[in-house]
Amino acid sequence: MVGLRAWCDTDASTGPMSMAQLLAKTGNSAPEPSYTFAFPSLDELNKACGQIAQTRDVIKGLEDGFLAIRPALRTVLDPITQPLSWMLDGTLYLFTTAPWFLIMAVMLIAVWYATYSLSVVIFNAFCLSFFAFVDHFEPAMQTFAVILVCTIISALLGVPIGIAMSKYNRLQRAIIPVLDLLQTLPTFVYLIPLIFLFPIGESRLYGIAIVLYAIVPVIRLTDLGVRLVDKDVVEAGNAFGMSPAQKLGKVELPLALPNIMAGLNQTIMMSLAMVVIASMVTAPGLGVLVLRGIRNLELGVGLMAGVCIVLLAVMLDRTSKAALSRIDRTKTEM
Amino acid sequence: MTAPQKQLCRVLTEQKLKCETDIMTQTPKVSLRGLYKIFGSDDKAVLQHAKAGMSKENLLVSHQHVLGLKDINVEMQAGEITVVMGLSGSGKSTLIRHLNRLIEPTDGEILVDGVDIMKLSTLDLRHMRQNKMSMVFQKFALLPHRTVLQNAAMALNIQGAATEDQEGEAKKWLDRVGLGGFENHYPSQLSGGMQQRVGIARALTSNSDIMLMDEAFSALDPLIRTDMQDLLLELQVELKKTIVFITHDLDEALKLADHLVILKDGAVIQQGEPQSILMAPSDPYIEDFVSDINRARVLRIRSVMQELTEGKFAGDVDANDNLESLIATSGGDTSLRYRVVENGKPVGELDMRELVKALVPRISSSETGTRYH
Repeated sequence: MVGLRAWCDTDASTGPMSMAQLLAKTGNSAPEPSYTFAFPSLDELNKACGQIAQTRDVIKGLEDGFLAIRPALRTVLDPITQPLSWMLDGTLYLFTTAPWFLIMAVMLIAVWYATYSLSVVIFNAFCLSFFAFVDHFEPAMQTFAVILVCTIISALLGVPIGIAMSKYNRLQRAIIPVLDLLQTLPTFVYLIPLIFLFPIGESRLYGIAIVLYAIVPVIRLTDLGVRLVDKDVVEAGNAFGMSPAQKLGKVELPLALPNIMAGLNQTIMMSLAMVVIASMVTAPGLGVLVLRGIRNLELGVGLMAGVCIVLLAVMLDRTSKAALSRIDRTKTEM
Repeated sequence: MTAPQKQLCRVLTEQKLKCETDIMTQTPKVSLRGLYKIFGSDDKAVLQHAKAGMSKENLLVSHQHVLGLKDINVEMQAGEITVVMGLSGSGKSTLIRHLNRLIEPTDGEILVDGVDIMKLSTLDLRHMRQNKMSMVFQKFALLPHRTVLQNAAMALNIQGAATEDQEGEAKKWLDRVGLGGFENHYPSQLSGGMQQRVGIARALTSNSDIMLMDEAFSALDPLIRTDMQDLLLELQVELKKTIVFITHDLDEALKLADHLVILKDGAVIQQGEPQSILMAPSDPYIEDFVSDINRARVLRIRSVMQELTEGKFAGDVDANDNLESLIATSGGDTSLRYRVVENGKPVGELDMRELVKALVPRISSSETGTRYH
């Protein structure tokens, strides 16, 4: 014990007083119950030994540490994520400046070619008209534009990752915990580091949050889909001398397509969920109105935006599921 | 080394060389030499135990490795149907997958047209699979998202042939297997028998010399199976492919085989011409097997005929007819004697009493104590 005491007392914490200490000084604090035996937390230990940091110092340290690596992270992430900003800004510009009839016409034609289902097209037309009728067309289209971009990015990244996972068991074992983490993190937690990393006005801030959240199902189901491809058919491909690329393009991907499409459907729905929350970090669209409803207690504004979100969700879900069942039905070639 | 030993060694070497030249003159299309397959993580290390003769059970208990194939030596002649028969778990599907290296052997040589395919690079192996071997599968293994025509054209599609060539060739073989008019159907719209016809057309379209058929007809119902066997024999008369056929059905094996290989627990227990195996089973396992079959239909007259003697004959019969047809001809009269001719020349005689004796197996199925199936 000799020496430890001396070490503790040298350079004792000179930080600002805590609230409890302040209260004690003014004499207003309730006398501490004598029977308590405090947990040896950092703050308690600090009382006994000044060398041990207080909790607030640790929190400060975390913040400083994060800020210290920020420049390095930014040099790496800035160029990689810049295209995301451009895509989001461009698509948002397109959907907010094009005349409503053009947007509706293009969307309905696209829905027709994706699903070949008249009822789905009619339902889409009804929803779009409803948004326009209650003067929510622009925010609805902003939300849709963000979902569109994020889903495309998720598919472009997620499908190759899923394929790679299905090929290499080691990679699968490494990635699955990451996917679990992304799925279990509360959605708010995504936003905290992103706010520090990127200037608040930039659209990639919410774009990254949405992609990280929504990419999980498409990765999982691509991996699963490729693994579930009939082993006999893959063996036939091998027996007739297919190269690995031919096997992927002619056998595995076409047979895994229904699963991949189911993953995309989930990705779309999760993008929608996240784009509403991301309105707190400047994501435009219907989420902003919901947020306004909450902040200003404007019940009507919030409810109307909520109804539009529900309609948009049903619209996207029906359309992507109809597209999936069309692929199942006709077994379209890739 | 003593002088007599040197002498012996020289003689042996000479004989071995001579022996090898004999094999060379026959030039089997495919030959397997000393093939071993052990399933498990450390198969190379366990190989020595298997070579020392450790049984499958002991290998599993003491080394946790499964003995798949044990010292397989088989030669498959060009233009013949080699049937590999065995019950499930005997290693027959493992064996056929070694021929195109879908499964890698633990030890041994696989020679195709004299080339050791174990030494081929990945690319050469792929070319060999594209050009020399085609395969027909038990569960058809067609591409469900492709039409019948595209499925049949798969081999040429992989080789990168022009679309017209692919479709022309595929259509030709689809017509040949009796599927003209079904080109634009999807496999799921066809019955099992028709799907397997697509499988056969797909194998034929690749234009390879060797066809591997892995229990190709086992998933079909008996009538369709007979149809398919007839189709295969009919195609074989014309095409003279080297066919390796896997089956667990002895009747099917005897119907198709030019050369029959019987596997048990991963080892060849008898191989040769089917008739001779039937007349002289070398193992109780085979004896038990052959006791159940319809011998009158399977045995040929040439297998049971005797030396030609003088005397009166009731008529001439062909040596390659089966006994069933002779019984029908004789009307069941056991007092008759027939002269056996082959290609117009008399080669032997057959007393109907001998025929009846040949119908009874050495051990009938009711007498065999140990049942293997």
